[in-house]
Amino acid sequence: MAVLDLRRKLAILSDAAKYDASCASSGATKRNSLDGKGVGSTEGMGICHAYAPDGRCISLLKILLTNFCIYDCAYCINRVSSNTPRARFTVKEVVDLTLNFYKRNYIEGLFLSSGVIRTGDYTMEEMVRVAKSLRLDHDFRGYIHLKLIPEASPELAAEAGLYADRVSINIELPRDDSLKTLAPEKDPTDIKRAMGRMRLAIDDHAEPARKAQRRTFARSQSTQLIVGADEARDGDILARSANLYGAYRLSRVYYSAFSPIPDASHRLPLVRPPLLREHRLYQADWLMRFYGFAQSEIVATGEDLDLSIDPKTGWALKNRAQFPVDVQTADRDTLLRVPGLGAKAVERVLAARRVTRLTLEDLKRVGAVLKRARAFVVTADWTPGALTDQESLKSALVRPQQLSLF
Amino acid sequence: MRVVRLTSEVDFAGWRSAARVLRTEGVEPHAVVWTVERDLFSPPPGDGVDGVDAPRSTSASQGEKAFTVPAAFLELAEQVILHRAADRFSLLYRILWRLEHTPHLIENPADPDMARARDMAKAVSRAAHKMKAFVRFRLIEGAAKETYAAWFEPAHRVTEATAPFFARRFSNMDWTILTPDACVAWDGERLMVSEGADPADAPSEDAQEELWRTYYASIFNPARLNPRQMRQEMPKRYWRNLPEAALIPALMEAAETRAAAMVRTPPRPPSDRVLKAAQRHARDASFGGGTPTTLEAVEAGVSVCRRCELWRDATQGVPGAGPSNSPLMFVGEQPGDQEDLAGSPFVGPAGQLFDRALAEAGVPRERVYVTNAVKHFKHEARGKRRLHKTPAQGEVNACRWWLDAERRLVRPRVIVMLGATAAFSVMGQPTRVAEARGQILPLPDQAQGLVTFHPAYLLRLPDPAARLTAYLTFVEDLRRAGELSGLA
Repeated sequence: MAVLDLRRKLAILSDAAKYDASCASSGATKRNSLDGKGVGSTEGMGICHAYAPDGRCISLLKILLTNFCIYDCAYCINRVSSNTPRARFTVKEVVDLTLNFYKRNYIEGLFLSSGVIRTGDYTMEEMVRVAKSLRLDHDFRGYIHLKLIPEASPELAAEAGLYADRVSINIELPRDDSLKTLAPEKDPTDIKRAMGRMRLAIDDHAEPARKAQRRTFARSQSTQLIVGADEARDGDILARSANLYGAYRLSRVYYSAFSPIPDASHRLPLVRPPLLREHRLYQADWLMRFYGFAQSEIVATGEDLDLSIDPKTGWALKNRAQFPVDVQTADRDTLLRVPGLGAKAVERVLAARRVTRLTLEDLKRVGAVLKRARAFVVTADWTPGALTDQESLKSALVRPQQLSLF
Repeated sequence: MRVVRLTSEVDFAGWRSAARVLRTEGVEPHAVVWTVERDLFSPPPGDGVDGVDAPRSTSASQGEKAFTVPAAFLELAEQVILHRAADRFSLLYRILWRLEHTPHLIENPADPDMARARDMAKAVSRAAHKMKAFVRFRLIEGAAKETYAAWFEPAHRVTEATAPFFARRFSNMDWTILTPDACVAWDGERLMVSEGADPADAPSEDAQEELWRTYYASIFNPARLNPRQMRQEMPKRYWRNLPEAALIPALMEAAETRAAAMVRTPPRPPSDRVLKAAQRHARDASFGGGTPTTLEAVEAGVSVCRRCELWRDATQGVPGAGPSNSPLMFVGEQPGDQEDLAGSPFVGPAGQLFDRALAEAGVPRERVYVTNAVKHFKHEARGKRRLHKTPAQGEVNACRWWLDAERRLVRPRVIVMLGATAAFSVMGQPTRVAEARGQILPLPDQAQGLVTFHPAYLLRLPDPAARLTAYLTFVEDLRRAGELSGLA
């Protein structure tokens, strides 16, 4: 096999990593290099250092250690039966690339994943070596996200937690039965077990007594679900997310519209990625996490979201009896359910109404989207009257340019 | 008309001193002109205009009446002053002026002046954030110590305010950031600020940029082209100083074709080499359906059990634990949140209470076998929590297969049923704990049965007195079971 130069390897192993939607570099312990020997800092908020023409943020150097893989997951470009070109970095190559990029301020840190070579343990060990070298040999204090191999031993996963700020295991398919068909070597129970162990470890290290010992440990874990590779409906996907958030305290579930890949498997639909569907799922996910909605209120299991309208407005249209809401008197939970009012706008409404009688113009100034809000609110100078119950309200609220997304 | 001359575009101290004087003297906002001293030869103010030179000290000088403003206003003003809008000084003075009669102004995000100031502060904070993101250092070749420099054009005058961020992050390398407004440099110990510079003063390339561009091009997914989103987050004004941005037009142009080609190209058969490798690694078949003959087989079976639907939302099946020849078996209801995550029974809060009671009853914990009627955690997701749900009879019936296997293999002398679900599972018929508690019940497999409370029930009792009474009864039941089994 020809020896590949670093640039070619980087091209192959970043191309292979791009189907992972996770990009966050936030939520790490605050630290900097003023009292250290190396480089790096994390200050809570993540930083996106560039954006690709797909609109996705580039925050971390997101690469695979290798794209050789013994598994045959149909949706994955790196599955064993794909004819994609293969490459493998050495531990030192990844360490040097990370440091060189970081010092030039291209990235917040490293997101390292890998195909499974030989065994889960062998692969995980190699990945842990990269993180360990960055932290111990180079006193690197930037962000590290490590992908966990579910079959790897619990000890290795725990060691990964010592060097990483975040770890993740991708479930990929919302339904366990499709995991069986499309990813025959992956075992949903292995994945859930590894996530369960990681939550216990993260919780344990977050205990005040442990914190005082100043042992650093990963702060969070996340996962990804592919949308559109199997038959799962939006309700199934969100039910899975609700389950994951509750069971493992995930900081994020990422949704990744299944995207055509080079040399695709014949078992999967080769169509344009369902980006609008992905967008609606993120909106619904936000409603569950920050707006107090239960999954069943947004969409029932076995059903799909209405793509033509955002899920909050969709919910309001089906529950018109609860509107209009008087922004001067309604409580926070009620305001959070008003279309066009985001979490920030709600906080500002609560602050402003202590000193003033809010008008529609005021609502606009605090960041509300009036086009969506006006049919559902009462202000000092506005009442929607029959508008709330008008049959044509939905068609007036559907924004035609949103349909141009595909 | 009063004219205030500030020493620089970001002279917050000067603005603050002048504003303090003006408000104390009752000068109305529309009667003040704010300017920045550009050089020594700037024209003097015209006739009929009184100049106010900003005092250099920030503390109130003699004769001024001190007044206070909310701390939030000062924080806001410090941000707003970095904005490039020419009217920022007068906007801030107008808010300061209005604060005298409208003290709650600062708390009203809906006020037009406040909304404008907030928008300006937001733009400044965004500019600072984008500076942290888009500065691109280049290595200065041939320098004795590792030294970097960058040319950057911030949207607002945030260079000095953002410099400490770079010092904290790149503490151990020397670096300079050059901008048209000001330059900042770090030598490993101190930050130095100097006059604005010219792009020619910064290095024009860096060998790593070729790799960075390779990464940028490869991480882009042409099937998801969305340039509007990209431009929203990475406005074009920054592109000329980003080495990777030169690739954008070509990447966008080729995207359609590349995506279409992926959809069109039929899949090729996988190569023999990789398929053989895959076969070598093929996993053993999962657990077959036969009756388990060892506790290890029960454990393996529970982990792949699909006899009911509870496995779907649970992390894992939780088998029993303890010596395989224990004379005393405890059967609980089902694993809880902690048990589900850890994969072991009786490790959560109820398990801890159980351990305590067992110790008080004088029964050695390590010699008893503990298990559950249902091996998967039944629950309901509520945000970041999982609420326990009682298993249905059908689920208990489905899971009895495993409990029966455990009873057959362990052959305990005494089986303690903790709560109604356990009693239903062990005896096969609905049993009320209140009625059956404390009686010795003969079981068909020669074992003696004893029903008592589930420890979680004790934890839930709201009345402390009732809880204590129930706990003492519980300990007494455990002691009895220990004696019957010969363990206590």
